[in-house]
Amino acid sequence: MSHLEQLYQQVILDHARERHGEGLIEVDGAAMAGESFQVNPTCGDEVTLRLRLAPSPDGGAPVLEDLGWEGVGCSISRASLSILTDLVVGKDVREVDGLAEDFRALMGNRGVSLGDEREDRLEDGAALVGVAKFPARIKCALLGWMALRDATAKALVIGPS
Amino acid sequence: MSTTAEQATGLGAQELARVRADFPILTRQVNGKDLVYLDWGATSQKPECVIDAEQDFYLTTNAAVHRGAHALAEEATAAFEDARAVVARLVGVDDDEIVWTSNATAAINLVAYGISNATAGRGGAEAARFALAPGDELVVTELEHHANLVPWQELAARTGAVLRFIPATDEGRLDLSVLDEVVTDRARVVAVTHASNVTGAVTDLAPIVARAHAVGAIVVLDACQSVPNMPVDLHALDVDFAAFSGHKMLGPTGIGVLYGRRELLAALPPVTTGGSMVEIVTMETTTYAAPPQKFEAGTQMVAQTVGLRAAAQFLDDLGMAGVAEQERVLTQQLLDGLAAIPHVRVLGPLTATDRLGVVAFEVAGVHPHDVGQVLDADGIAVRVGHHCAQPIHRRLGVASSTRASVGIATTPQDIETFLHALAGVRAYFGVED
Ligand SMILES: Cc1ncc(COP(=O)(O)O)c(C=O)c1O
Repeated sequence: MSHLEQLYQQVILDHARERHGEGLIEVDGAAMAGESFQVNPTCGDEVTLRLRLAPSPDGGAPVLEDLGWEGVGCSISRASLSILTDLVVGKDVREVDGLAEDFRALMGNRGVSLGDEREDRLEDGAALVGVAKFPARIKCALLGWMALRDATAKALVIGPS
Repeated sequence: MSTTAEQATGLGAQELARVRADFPILTRQVNGKDLVYLDWGATSQKPECVIDAEQDFYLTTNAAVHRGAHALAEEATAAFEDARAVVARLVGVDDDEIVWTSNATAAINLVAYGISNATAGRGGAEAARFALAPGDELVVTELEHHANLVPWQELAARTGAVLRFIPATDEGRLDLSVLDEVVTDRARVVAVTHASNVTGAVTDLAPIVARAHAVGAIVVLDACQSVPNMPVDLHALDVDFAAFSGHKMLGPTGIGVLYGRRELLAALPPVTTGGSMVEIVTMETTTYAAPPQKFEAGTQMVAQTVGLRAAAQFLDDLGMAGVAEQERVLTQQLLDGLAAIPHVRVLGPLTATDRLGVVAFEVAGVHPHDVGQVLDADGIAVRVGHHCAQPIHRRLGVASSTRASVGIATTPQDIETFLHALAGVRAYFGVED
């Protein structure tokens, strides 16, 4: 694989073109909702991510019921947001935290695999492994995850929108 | 020597090859390809003579300047002041009108904070000419780099002055049709770029300077992009202050230049205070040295001035009119080539007349970061982002852009290689026509 193909794997190009979760969701009347706006100051890229949590049916951690995002960004940041949407919707916030931690670890790993178990959990997100070899692009891949963390924290603390 | 007619024909292939050979870095490879450096607008590469001058200074002469009487200190001081003279000559001013700073940003801030200090009553009666009153106006333009915008926003916030701006046209030039409305008799400062680092537009300064002076405002010129790429005679332009950076004009990083009209430098209060900028210091009060030393507090960046001297001499030897003509031809080649690639939109004038070779553009459907990454894979270095000029990007309807900028060692082949690679970018990302 060429240097460039390690960055732009086909799955990533596909996600950048056919984006999942694009468009903000309605959260009126939701019990727990949060929104976050993040910018990447070096390139001026922006994302707004809004999500809705629901209480767990069995008394466990709240479940991320739905999310949507909009913004301007490069293929890496948009693919990352699309992949993130697929990964986290329907999971409870503790699982989401674990995935976010795996993803951040992947970005900090200089392009080296985290091992099958953790990468399997990240599904298409594992294809972003090559980004970690391009330090200037790591921020692009993390932009959506930062918005997710912030919006989740707001939904848990602030509650209804 | 920089404006003789025979030099205005550009360098010619042979001389260009010789100039290029002076830049060791241009022989390296990036990602297995020959480096094509098209980011001169961000920072220039350095000819060997600049690197040697800085190294020789450390090997043979190093000492603090304007202190002590040993031989090294005297030689270092002479080198430091000689650098000032060579840089002054390149831009058509007198030696004592050149103040060393760390970069252009620091130079502009020096003026803004000097005005602040005058407004706070510092600098005595002489400095009162700079003092601002609430409602006074500071004029900037929509084309400015953040370095010539944010310091004026801050000055306005500190003093109660009002910030106004000359808008840009769709072509990425200044809209001078509203000049008299924007620059009113409340204007005290007009801060304007000589050439935009996004659209490449060279400002028609004469009407701006005339209007500013007619209403009693001073003109602060951002000459960062012009000084490395075209003849600049600051006295002839009749501006009051001007700022530029060494690293963009073949010199080292860590050295910048503030030009100030002699009587204005004498009247402007100092900003950074401490050693080397004083006359007499008692436990209570201090009197200040004459400019330029008044503005050069602390141990100075002597090696960088020596490097910058070599850079200014290198440019002067080539002749700035020849440099400008050389780059004009390359810029036209670049603009024509971009116009021939479908779905590429240039931000800025489409011909190389009154325009420098900093060429920002948008590729429909592909983010600048992605454009830059694909070019980098071919060893081609361009800038991506907003280039520290968000307002002009917003004005032209984009958040960011890709920018190719030419320099003194750029070849027609560099431009061809770049255009060829750019033509394939949309297909790489599978963007439909
Ligand atoms: C037009 C213009 N003004 C100001 C600056 C700031 O220069 P420096 O970062 O060297 O202070 C730059 C370069 O970045 C520029 O292109």
